[in-house]
Amino acid sequence: MTFLKNLTTIMRQNVREYGMYIALLIIMAIFSVTTNGLFISSRNLSNLLNQTGYIAVLAVGMTLVIVIRHIDLSVGFLAGFLGAVAAIALVFWHWPVVVVIPFVLILGALAGTLTALPVAELKVPAFVASLAGWLIYRGALLLATNRTGTIIIPNEAYNKIGNGYIPDLPEALRLIPDFHNLTILLGVLGFILFAWNDINSRRKKKEYGFDVLPLEIFILKLVFISVLIMGVTWVLAGYNGLSWTVVIVLLVVGVYHFITTQTVLGRHIYAMGGNPEAAELSGINTKRITIIVFASMGMLSALSGILFSSRLQSATTTAGTLFELDAIAAAYVGGVSAAGGVGKVMGSLIGALVMTSLTSGMNLMNTDISLQYVVRGAVLLIAVIFDVVTRSRRG
Amino acid sequence: MSAPILEMKQIVKEFPGVKALKNVSFTVMEGEVHCLVGENGAGKSTLMKVLSGVYPYGNYGGQIFLNGQEQKFSGVRDSEKAGIGIIYQELALVPELSVYENIFIGNEIQRNGIVDWNETIRRADEVMRRVGLNINPATKVKDLSVGKQQLVEIAKALSREVRLLILDEPTSALNEVESENLLNLIRDLKRVGVTSILISHKLKEVLDIADRITVLRDGETICTLNPRTEEVTERILIKHMVGRELDSVFPPAVSKPRDEVLLEVKNWTAYDPGLGRTILKDISFYVRRGEIVGIAGLMGAGRTELALSLFGNPYGYQIQGEMIFKGKKQRFTHPHQAIREGLAYVTEDRKAKGLILIQDIRQNITIANLQALAKGGVIDANAEVALANRYHASLNIKAPSVEQIVGNLSGGNQQKVSIAKWLFVEPSLLILDDPTRGIDVGAKYEIHSIMRNLVAEGMSIIMISSELPEVLGMSDRVYVLSSGRITGELSAEEATQEKIMELATN
Repeated sequence: MTFLKNLTTIMRQNVREYGMYIALLIIMAIFSVTTNGLFISSRNLSNLLNQTGYIAVLAVGMTLVIVIRHIDLSVGFLAGFLGAVAAIALVFWHWPVVVVIPFVLILGALAGTLTALPVAELKVPAFVASLAGWLIYRGALLLATNRTGTIIIPNEAYNKIGNGYIPDLPEALRLIPDFHNLTILLGVLGFILFAWNDINSRRKKKEYGFDVLPLEIFILKLVFISVLIMGVTWVLAGYNGLSWTVVIVLLVVGVYHFITTQTVLGRHIYAMGGNPEAAELSGINTKRITIIVFASMGMLSALSGILFSSRLQSATTTAGTLFELDAIAAAYVGGVSAAGGVGKVMGSLIGALVMTSLTSGMNLMNTDISLQYVVRGAVLLIAVIFDVVTRSRRG
Repeated sequence: MSAPILEMKQIVKEFPGVKALKNVSFTVMEGEVHCLVGENGAGKSTLMKVLSGVYPYGNYGGQIFLNGQEQKFSGVRDSEKAGIGIIYQELALVPELSVYENIFIGNEIQRNGIVDWNETIRRADEVMRRVGLNINPATKVKDLSVGKQQLVEIAKALSREVRLLILDEPTSALNEVESENLLNLIRDLKRVGVTSILISHKLKEVLDIADRITVLRDGETICTLNPRTEEVTERILIKHMVGRELDSVFPPAVSKPRDEVLLEVKNWTAYDPGLGRTILKDISFYVRRGEIVGIAGLMGAGRTELALSLFGNPYGYQIQGEMIFKGKKQRFTHPHQAIREGLAYVTEDRKAKGLILIQDIRQNITIANLQALAKGGVIDANAEVALANRYHASLNIKAPSVEQIVGNLSGGNQQKVSIAKWLFVEPSLLILDDPTRGIDVGAKYEIHSIMRNLVAEGMSIIMISSELPEVLGMSDRVYVLSSGRITGELSAEEATQEKIMELATN
């Protein structure tokens, strides 16, 4: 019975973290039933992930901004504006896609730095500095699309980012008919990589004589994750396979997960969030950290703008409206704390998925839009209350 | 002789791990100026917080009588209603509001929730005249000097018809003229029937103004003296304040300081633009390798400010003077420069400024020197745990593992984590700011032993301390700070509690 006991202790210790995954699964299960399986269909899930993309990348950046006790309201219209810049560069300046994308990303990082400067140097509240950005980029977006209105982007390569799927293996190599074989292959590879990495780190930890998860629990965790990865892979492979959007989101989440958990920079960010004064007295340059975090947020806003304009195949005059609030909500549902120093990149991805799942599921059920807002608001509130209660009980 | 206005009987107040007040009795007569003296941590402020209801009834042991009636305050509002007004060292004014708004804050002159501003200003003017504050009542408080702000606080108390006025070190931030004016005001108030309790470290002014003096030491009432009927001098007061037996045990020195001077500071002066005054004046001192230099002084003497001004000056003081560290002239402008050159500072306020309470022991120990565990910015997670485990064992941090959240540790263990963090940067000079404040005896001894081992290995330590026995028990040499100046340097042999106290209250 040690197995069950171990399991319950570990579940209880990490209730917040696992709770989120469980909540997502429950929401998905409920919608699958209420929509007679429509929700869980390959086509719908594939769409859902693509819709989550441009909010998910914002939520990842927003996680770090909130971790260092700030906020960035400018990201929505910055994304909209930079999407329009990308469209203009493609359509009117005839720049190639490979130039436009890095150009827009750099512009985004610069914009983020501009927001950060008054915050870091003059202690202007980020709420105000980024509210100014909100207004400015909204104006800039209108200005950019003023002459033409909506700018249609006829560039096929660019539009693939938001709508396209990765190519399949050549015909001869496809083992499973009617499925996207490369997606399945990548899923399997992904799982093997993950498992190999996990087993390796467990072995290394044991060599050092550190505590590790009990073997049964470790295996259970591997099984659970393999089911998850293979499940998602299977569903996606049943439609068009992995979309470029999902590939991009996974890359972003992977890179940020690595930075936040494995690097000096990541540790400095969380230290500053946990206690800015102690961080400064420990020799951490908190001004520099603030600028880096906002610059990364700006760059991810640019990426969000690219994903969105590419998905719509056009830059519209209202692109990016309320993205910032969706991203903030996703981050909070994902477990970041406004008190600073707490919050995971993976959590915010799950938070974004929870919020889009709610929208998608209720759309399929033909729920009235007014009720949708109420439900999403309630879920946000419940998530945050759950967060505060579980945290205070532990602390 | 008049009747007692206030009687506090057998007051006991405990904090987790510390008994701040053990059986204090304290009586104040109607219409007198009663001074309360004692070292840092003797329990003066705690006693006044009990009296003013900051610690509500039930939170402490013992009884409080006001004019013979037992009082059970459940908050500051109750004690205010009973006629007690308290003025803290850190003034409780709203800087952006005007003088008259501040005077009537929380006590607005109103009808049905609507403030009568004309009446407010008239009454403010009246009470301001009583304290000798001749300024426009509409002046914003932030534009006043500290001395005038002090008067606003007193006016505020008088507007509430206070009968017992408590002043917690009111003159510590004032210049001579302002101090004298304030003392005169207290005398004037006495004439119109206001009883005052004055907490002060400045023994000269205590002797000047007090009708009676009560001495507290280590949470106990030592005696109440009456300068009118018996001879009371500064020397006698100090004797009562520090007259404890030196029974605390300190680990013996295992090494001698070397001759080489590691740090020399010359004519060091610092101005705090935030406070608008000079906090360190013309300070010169030196530290040798392998030496423990004690810095004694009362709260607010500038001890922490001195440490921070050397350690990268994070609060932006304007500094003049010279600092020679390891034979090189230095002026650090950020803590990371100081750390890189081998200077470390363990803060007195480990919870607010030292530790990241929501993170675990491992993360706290390595945060100041992560580069040493990283390759290309990526941390070697296993090396990090191994390192944390090493300190966990060598400093005897009592926690099941280094994954323990620091906020859940006891004070002594938190302090060990704090020290481990700074040992990991391998400094040549370690500044410890009140290293054993609020921690139990066992952990204290361990920390003192760690210090002995460090200097034996050649590290130098500056130990700032509020506890005289610790200063005497650990230091090779002692500097005494008072009001931002070094008022004396004592060798271990010549230092006594009395001598240090005399220099500190200078």
